[in-house]
Amino acid sequence: MRKLGLVLLVLLLVGSVCLEAAPKTKIVVGCYPALDEAYAAVLPEFYKKYPNIEVEIKSLGFDDHHSTLVTALAAGQGAPDVAAVEIAYVAQFVTEGGLVDLLKPPYNAGRYRHGIAPYTWAQGSSDDGRLIAMPADIAPGCAFYRRDVFEANGIKIEDIKTMEDLYQAGLKISKDLDGDGKNDTWLVSDAGNIAWMIIRSSPELYFDKNGNCVVDSERFRLAFEWAKKFQDAGIAAGIGAWSNEWYVAFQTGTVAYEPCGAWLGGHLKNWMAPDTAGKWGVAEWPALKAGEPRMAGYWGGTFLAIPEQSKNKEAAWAFIEFICTNTDVQVKNFETADCFPAWMEAWNHKIFEEKMDFFAGQQARLLWIDIAKRVPEVITNKFDSVANAAVSAELSAVLNEGKAVDRALRDAKTQIERRTRRR
Amino acid sequence: MTELTMKNRLRRCYNRMIPYFFVSPFFAFFLVFGAFPIFFALYLSFHSWNGIATSPMVYIGWENYTYTLTDPMFWQALKNTVVMAIVSGVPQHILGLFFAFILNLGFVRLKNFFKATLFLPYITSTVAVSMVFAIFYGYPFGFANYLAVSLDKIPFFHAIFSLFNLEIPLKWLASPPLMIPTISTQIIWRWTGWNTILYLAGLQTIPQELYEAARVDGAKWHQVFFKITLPSLRPVMQFAITMSVIGGLQIFNEPFIMVGKNGGTGRAAYTLAMYLYQTGFEWGYFGGAAAISYIVFVLIFIASMISRRVLRSDEGVS
Repeated sequence: MRKLGLVLLVLLLVGSVCLEAAPKTKIVVGCYPALDEAYAAVLPEFYKKYPNIEVEIKSLGFDDHHSTLVTALAAGQGAPDVAAVEIAYVAQFVTEGGLVDLLKPPYNAGRYRHGIAPYTWAQGSSDDGRLIAMPADIAPGCAFYRRDVFEANGIKIEDIKTMEDLYQAGLKISKDLDGDGKNDTWLVSDAGNIAWMIIRSSPELYFDKNGNCVVDSERFRLAFEWAKKFQDAGIAAGIGAWSNEWYVAFQTGTVAYEPCGAWLGGHLKNWMAPDTAGKWGVAEWPALKAGEPRMAGYWGGTFLAIPEQSKNKEAAWAFIEFICTNTDVQVKNFETADCFPAWMEAWNHKIFEEKMDFFAGQQARLLWIDIAKRVPEVITNKFDSVANAAVSAELSAVLNEGKAVDRALRDAKTQIERRTRRR
Repeated sequence: MTELTMKNRLRRCYNRMIPYFFVSPFFAFFLVFGAFPIFFALYLSFHSWNGIATSPMVYIGWENYTYTLTDPMFWQALKNTVVMAIVSGVPQHILGLFFAFILNLGFVRLKNFFKATLFLPYITSTVAVSMVFAIFYGYPFGFANYLAVSLDKIPFFHAIFSLFNLEIPLKWLASPPLMIPTISTQIIWRWTGWNTILYLAGLQTIPQELYEAARVDGAKWHQVFFKITLPSLRPVMQFAITMSVIGGLQIFNEPFIMVGKNGGTGRAAYTLAMYLYQTGFEWGYFGGAAAISYIVFVLIFIASMISRRVLRSDEGVS
């Protein structure tokens, strides 16, 4: 009896050793909604390809995810193996370190460069030529407009070719219905979006190639002035994004034109205003001035990065490669959670030719592809988040406090330069 | 013989050590999570560090302090914080005293229910509450604006609104003069219950004989309140007001959620804590953020000393 026990014990030991001979590498993917859904949907495929890698998807709220990531990088531990980084936060990580350069071996991400939408590759790159975040999905900027409202006012979307045309259309659409001296229907929800539309389609963002702050340039002046003009004319509602009023405006059509990222379509359709199906259309942004090409810019986008502290960098890279450079996966992510592919080959998929009922049968995805191709390549600067904070604050002061545009831009530049000089 | 004393000595030593052993978990945790960050932040405030574990810290002396103290944003944040602390702090105490006084009256029924109701905001998640308040103050269709629009139809209120040059519906969270009062309502709502409970506890320690004696002497109610109640409450007030001063200079959640990380229009609701957060976690100047935290610490220290001194000298006068 004793012998049998001993034999069993030995067998057990040998067995467990054998099992351990092929250990699974576990990686943690840190992201935010709805990326978690998108990635969970493609995990079965991933496991087929990499049976030895186990993936745990850890999802936090959008802001929480990013601040947790900053803290983990500062602490030197606790970061996920794969970290999702949204475009608004990319700049913060770009030149600081803490994330590996994906161009180096064993990742050699450079070989995928020509497969990825060029502007977004530039956004993930630092000014010294490292790629710290691999583009996973993009968000071509467009305008969602209410077909019914435009039609009722006798305006054709094709006729809106310049900012001036848009402004004139706004004057027609915005109306005081109850006679209290204030408009009750508007062209846009927030005049600030007019400025962001112009800023995000600029060939330079806040800094030029040499790192000089350009927020007092002609482009920024025009952006601020146009926003102010829209505000002063009463054709902007002054409704903030992600507020109840924002959703109500979309449901009731009191706001007729919303510059945003392609992703807004999914939100409109799924929960913001599902009853308005068929009343919406998607349009390109107008040109800044007559004779210029139409503006094309971004409005969101996700990148995947590997923190230097990760102990499973190769497995993490396998996951990133799988998500970012695989047509089927990119299409699946698009279907699941409206993650518009950054991988250009995926654009050839037939899903992009689909006529979308929500947009009255328009082939909106083809338009988004067309826009994505035209977004200018802008090098990310590590002070972009500093500049963004200064420009946002000054823009709101112009719109709500009546601060003079020149003064606001000068103040923004002073603030930015002050911060970029410090150590 | 010697062996016995040896044993005794060991036992005595052991007995002496055992209490330290039992309190050691607290000190271990305090050293790691309390003392270490405090001293590390002080060390950090003299360095330049971008917050990435692998990148080096560079000693830069007082630069972080001089930078902060010469930064217009710091002064703007300080001004906002002080205004917000006063606007949100003073009503808390007036209302808290008022509610405590009423709850302490003999004839009030359902005391525990009211106590619980007043205290409930304090234990509710700030984030959830801020969202509800943001909806309440929504532009242009929030409930607060519904009230404002209704009032505006009455000529008397319309005259008041136009007197202050207010455009109805109000941009509660986007128009700079309104932002601090609007955000303060939430802070008041949250902390009034806390102060009520403090004052109530204080009121209950006042001996009834004092009131009886006052009644016998024919004192009026306001004399009772100002000559007996308030002076007896002074120690509690000292504590409650000091806590408010400390809390007021650290306001973060409410403005952060209601108007965003940049402090809203022209940074009108940008507080010191938000400035600290943005400097460290968004712009990656961890040394600078540490310096701000020490400056805020000094400010809180001075402010609470002043509030203590003021309340103490009053005591001497009475």
